[in-house]
Amino acid sequence: MSYRRQIGPTAAFFIYLVVGLFSIACLLPFVFIITGSFTDESEIIKRGFALIPQKVSYSSWVMLYHDFKRILNGYLVTITVTVLGTLISLLVTSLMAYPLSIPTLRYRNVIAFFAFFTMIFYGGMVPWYIIVSRVLRLRNTIFALILPYTINAWNMFLLRNFFRTIPKEIAESAKIDGAGDLRIFTQLILPLAKPGLATVGLFIALGYWNDWWLGLMFVENHRLFPIQLLLRAIVSNVQFLRSSTAAAIASDASGIIPLEGVKMATGLVTIGPIILLYPFIQKYFVKGIVVGAVKG
Amino acid sequence: MEKKHSEANLRTSRVQSVFRELRRNKALYLFTVPGIIFFILFNYLPMFGIIVAFKDFNFIQGFFRSPWVGFKNFGFFFKSADAWVVTRNTLVLNSLFIASSLVLQIGFALLLNEIRNERFKKITQSFMFFPYFISWIIVSVFTYNFFHSEHGALNRLLRSLNMPTVNWLSRPQYWTWFLTLIYDWKWTGFGVIIYLAALAGINEELYEAAEIDGAGRWAQIRLISIPLIMPTAVVLTLLAIGRIMISDFGMIYGIIGDNAMLYPTTNVIDTYVYRALRQLGDIGMSAAAGLYQSLVGLALVLGSNLLARRFSEEGALF
Repeated sequence: MSYRRQIGPTAAFFIYLVVGLFSIACLLPFVFIITGSFTDESEIIKRGFALIPQKVSYSSWVMLYHDFKRILNGYLVTITVTVLGTLISLLVTSLMAYPLSIPTLRYRNVIAFFAFFTMIFYGGMVPWYIIVSRVLRLRNTIFALILPYTINAWNMFLLRNFFRTIPKEIAESAKIDGAGDLRIFTQLILPLAKPGLATVGLFIALGYWNDWWLGLMFVENHRLFPIQLLLRAIVSNVQFLRSSTAAAIASDASGIIPLEGVKMATGLVTIGPIILLYPFIQKYFVKGIVVGAVKG
Repeated sequence: MEKKHSEANLRTSRVQSVFRELRRNKALYLFTVPGIIFFILFNYLPMFGIIVAFKDFNFIQGFFRSPWVGFKNFGFFFKSADAWVVTRNTLVLNSLFIASSLVLQIGFALLLNEIRNERFKKITQSFMFFPYFISWIIVSVFTYNFFHSEHGALNRLLRSLNMPTVNWLSRPQYWTWFLTLIYDWKWTGFGVIIYLAALAGINEELYEAAEIDGAGRWAQIRLISIPLIMPTAVVLTLLAIGRIMISDFGMIYGIIGDNAMLYPTTNVIDTYVYRALRQLGDIGMSAAAGLYQSLVGLALVLGSNLLARRFSEEGALF
């Protein structure tokens, strides 16, 4: 590396500048909603959102605090769906991916094609909707938010690629010692595949955490709204907010309810956990993207 | 007679050999069963469900007993002005996404690759990657904050500069570009990871040899880095072209929602199908539009994969 000729100082300065500015631009929207949540409602109504508000107010957060039950319920739905969904999905996906990683298994390619075909052909939203809601009758149940995402071919092949990196001699020698496939899988392969399981598990968990599509399609009952769908209802439906009992408590002396500010505050509450976990989980995603991009 | 007999024998022995294999590795094949069941329920049953595109579907008679109507649903869809508009919007938006992300992702990967301060590189790269982790609903909160006609930060900025404000949420012509901007904001950091990995895979000796031959850093980027990440770029682009008929529903519907004033440029096939299904309840026609999308999509995937394979053995998806 050291003997590589460096780029000139002027060019280097511009490279740092462009990269620095773009990376700040990537975070700028977050700063806007943070300051937006602390902006006085009358300022938002009269002048609009700004990077730096003129009049700071906590009333959005007060309103959110009094509306906490609804947010908490959304959080509970999302946490349940994410935890349960990730566990079921990781179990089903790894059980299917492991046999497909064994080069001596004769029909592995038949099964792999069965999974692969779902990547290139899609029956479409309409029959999928009818099957899930009318045939499987998952509408307005928590399972509608979990089961449709249990397995997807992309995650399955990603995990298979991780399993393939485990030397096959490990399973072979255990087999000679008389161990069954189930024991080899649970006691030898899974512990060795931990980094791969963590990576794929995090992709699955992020998918569940950020999802609102399944809720939009299959859930009408507000008590089953995941946090993302709740946020959508709060942002796009003024009635949803006004009906809240917290609205009366949080309105200031002049009777202004912080309807705009609370949208920003709610948005922040839904990404809080991701911001906190980001420094720790980032590297797993980077690894997964690199492994996945090499061979899909 | 004898030939038939031996053919039958061959078949039974083949069946026997299948069963022998299944029995020998019983546990391993059983492992795949739950996954196969989920694929059947949520992927394969809907594939057979596309027969509703050829039926006058109603929930009382269901899949099998609803009357057949041939291609009538397709006729309705293709005769409407919407068929052309949603196809065009899908193709225009996806083409812009593909072209702009190609340039930006490669560009930023090359720039980051020149940065010698590891700490700066690490921090800026994490900032760029962060939008990938955010749901489209949060992104819609951002767009609300920026573009809202009365409270939006953009109009506040324009007012403070004594410039006329614009009613952004009712001007479809801008949203082709806003959506492209938002797409790149969300995906640049993701793509940079792939291209940085490709750059890291380039043999260091190539640069050393170029150095000895007197090539400066710019020449090295132009003659070594760019040509050697091209295979990755071509393959990723071909795969994206294979999916050009499909939009990210969460993105478009999350940001635009039911704002009909923006439909002229932002209504794509996926949002059209959704609205026809959920808001109009026209099941037959929405299924027809969906099947049209799936079939054209399949042809494009197969075609682009063929090209990707011709381009590089490694790059083909299958």
